[in-house]
Amino acid sequence: MLIRYNKAINNALREEMQKDSTVFIAGEDVGNAGGSFGITRGLIAEFGSARVIDTPISESAIVGMAVGASSTGLRPVIEIMFMDFIAVCFDQIINQAAKMRYMSGGQMALPLVIRTQGGAGLNAGPQHSQSLEALLFHIPGIKVVMPSNPYDAKGLLKTAIRDNNPVVFIENKALYGMKGEVPEEDYTIPFGKAKIVKEGIDVTIVAVGQMVNKALAAVETLENNGISAEIIDPRTITPLDTDTIKQSVKKTGRLIIVHEAVKIGGVGAEIAAMIQEDIFDYLDAPIQRVGAPFTPVPYSKPLENYYLPNENDIINAVKKICVGRQFSFASH
Amino acid sequence: MKKIKLKKGEEGLSHIPNEELMSLYQTMVKIRGFEERVSSLFSDGLIPGFLHLYIGQEAVASGICENLSKEDYITSTHRGHGHCIAKGADVKKMMAELFGKETGYCKGKGGSMHVVDVEIGILGANGIVGAGMPIAVGAGITAKTNNKGQVVIPFFGEGATGIGYFHEAVNMASVLKLPIIFVCESNQYAEFTPRETHLPVKTIVERGGAYGIESFLVNGNDVVEVYQTMKPIINRVRNGEGPFLVECVTNRWSGHFEGDPQRYRPEGEIDEWKKNDPIKNFRSILTSEYHIQESSLVSIEEAVKLELDEAEKFSRESPFPNELSTLEDVYA
Ligand SMILES: Cc1ncc(C[n+]2csc(CCOP(=O)(O)OP(=O)(O)O)c2C)c(N)n1
Repeated sequence: MLIRYNKAINNALREEMQKDSTVFIAGEDVGNAGGSFGITRGLIAEFGSARVIDTPISESAIVGMAVGASSTGLRPVIEIMFMDFIAVCFDQIINQAAKMRYMSGGQMALPLVIRTQGGAGLNAGPQHSQSLEALLFHIPGIKVVMPSNPYDAKGLLKTAIRDNNPVVFIENKALYGMKGEVPEEDYTIPFGKAKIVKEGIDVTIVAVGQMVNKALAAVETLENNGISAEIIDPRTITPLDTDTIKQSVKKTGRLIIVHEAVKIGGVGAEIAAMIQEDIFDYLDAPIQRVGAPFTPVPYSKPLENYYLPNENDIINAVKKICVGRQFSFASH
Repeated sequence: MKKIKLKKGEEGLSHIPNEELMSLYQTMVKIRGFEERVSSLFSDGLIPGFLHLYIGQEAVASGICENLSKEDYITSTHRGHGHCIAKGADVKKMMAELFGKETGYCKGKGGSMHVVDVEIGILGANGIVGAGMPIAVGAGITAKTNNKGQVVIPFFGEGATGIGYFHEAVNMASVLKLPIIFVCESNQYAEFTPRETHLPVKTIVERGGAYGIESFLVNGNDVVEVYQTMKPIINRVRNGEGPFLVECVTNRWSGHFEGDPQRYRPEGEIDEWKKNDPIKNFRSILTSEYHIQESSLVSIEEAVKLELDEAEKFSRESPFPNELSTLEDVYA
């Protein structure tokens, strides 16, 4: 069936709650109001207020509660309304959730999911638009998921809920209205398995989250210029499917990594480092990164547009490394 | 906890000089007018993003800031327009900021949730619930160091008392005996969630008591009560006492943000509050009890309208910032 990204997430929550009575939801406005973005709509009516908990505005306690509940037998799926607010509860994420299993010598398992949403494009300003996945990516002990379409959102969220580790599930606010085909029957998508969104032979474009769609939007222009791009969506950045990326780069010899987060210190830096460390000899050109400039996300429309990486930035990056007789870009 | 209850016409009510009464009225009308104006500009698509309006709460900011000078500091919230206007912000620059224009307070970088005017002690509206309170503690240290009788007022909603920031800041201010008055605006909702759902106490003044600070409960819809309660407290702070906490009971008429249809509010509730309109009430007291000429009030209203017309014209005509300004002002 054709449904939107937000509905796909709602369905995943509902189905997992039906299937497993230890799954519960907590967060600000998630109950009667159905969530600030409507993601938990209808769930309190079906599962009651003991399993869909409206909390005070207390991010640290919400995450901490998930740590406590998950280590004692439940499967909390909590909502942090905007990704920017993870800054308020970083101790519980980084020092508690991410480390409990390790510190306890493997005694504890923490099957918890932190659902949140990030990204710019809605003029929400510097404290409501960030893409902070790199901060989480840097921390061992948590898994980080970034679905780019409705099908992945549903399948990955189910996997997240069934996983026995802390998972941060990062939705993108600009994608909530995106429609896509989603099967009726139960399915999951394994973590650490990238998706080859489009096959190609000249250049590999690894794109994260919303940027997968921007990369797809660049395909036509690239093809008109004789360039066949392979687009890879890692789907989860921790664990990262390095094999699929490497195989692709071995084939194309060129790599571009695209993310909405600031370029400096982003996930792209790690992927680039890993590729040059492991398969340097296969590269025909320097690896390029496309990301936001090293500034907070500005509010004003023209500034935010400038800030956000788009298909032209991707095309320009391709242009820069696809030079030579076989590419028509070379003449520019 | 101490409750100050002043009846109309009692205790020094007649001592409010006419120019102060007029100034209070002007501030309230300006806030209401500004909010109605930007609401309609938002509907017209000229203002993007999230807009949290202050309609219904005007008596609080007006009654408090009338007692302040530009040497005093405030920290504000996501619902900050009223605080900023009452503290003396230029509505031209405020509106231009909401438009995302170059001439706005923050050159289009911040938007509605981030209005700052350092010159007159507005240390910022804030997109993070509660975050202004510890910042106010810091300003309190500065004020104490300066030893010139400056006062610091962090504004926050009752929802913000769920977050650790509130408890840490009030406790620290109390321990350090800082010149701060914590002002809670209890407008009965935190986003879409009614206070009973997230608050286990009837009043926030009880929470002030828990940290050993004298706390006051006032009718936040009565500007005279707010003004007269604050005056002696502010004087005490200027003379070295503090901190204090004041809870102003009020209500917001508009949605949590523009576009919120308020389905979570019981039928008729807003109408009930509208009957207790802080501006209408004050206006009628001004003419009936303070014998202010109707014509003086009309000329205030007209002057405010003119000022807002000018602000709108200024905002519409101002240029958008150059996109490269995205890269400026990251560091001092
Ligand atoms: C740390 C943090 N958590 C959640 C939010 C989302 N949020 C914005 S306003 C709000 C409700 C605030 O309620 P209250 O403090 O009572 O202020 P009011 O909106 O009623 O003025 C919430 C939950 C936020 N901005 N920051």
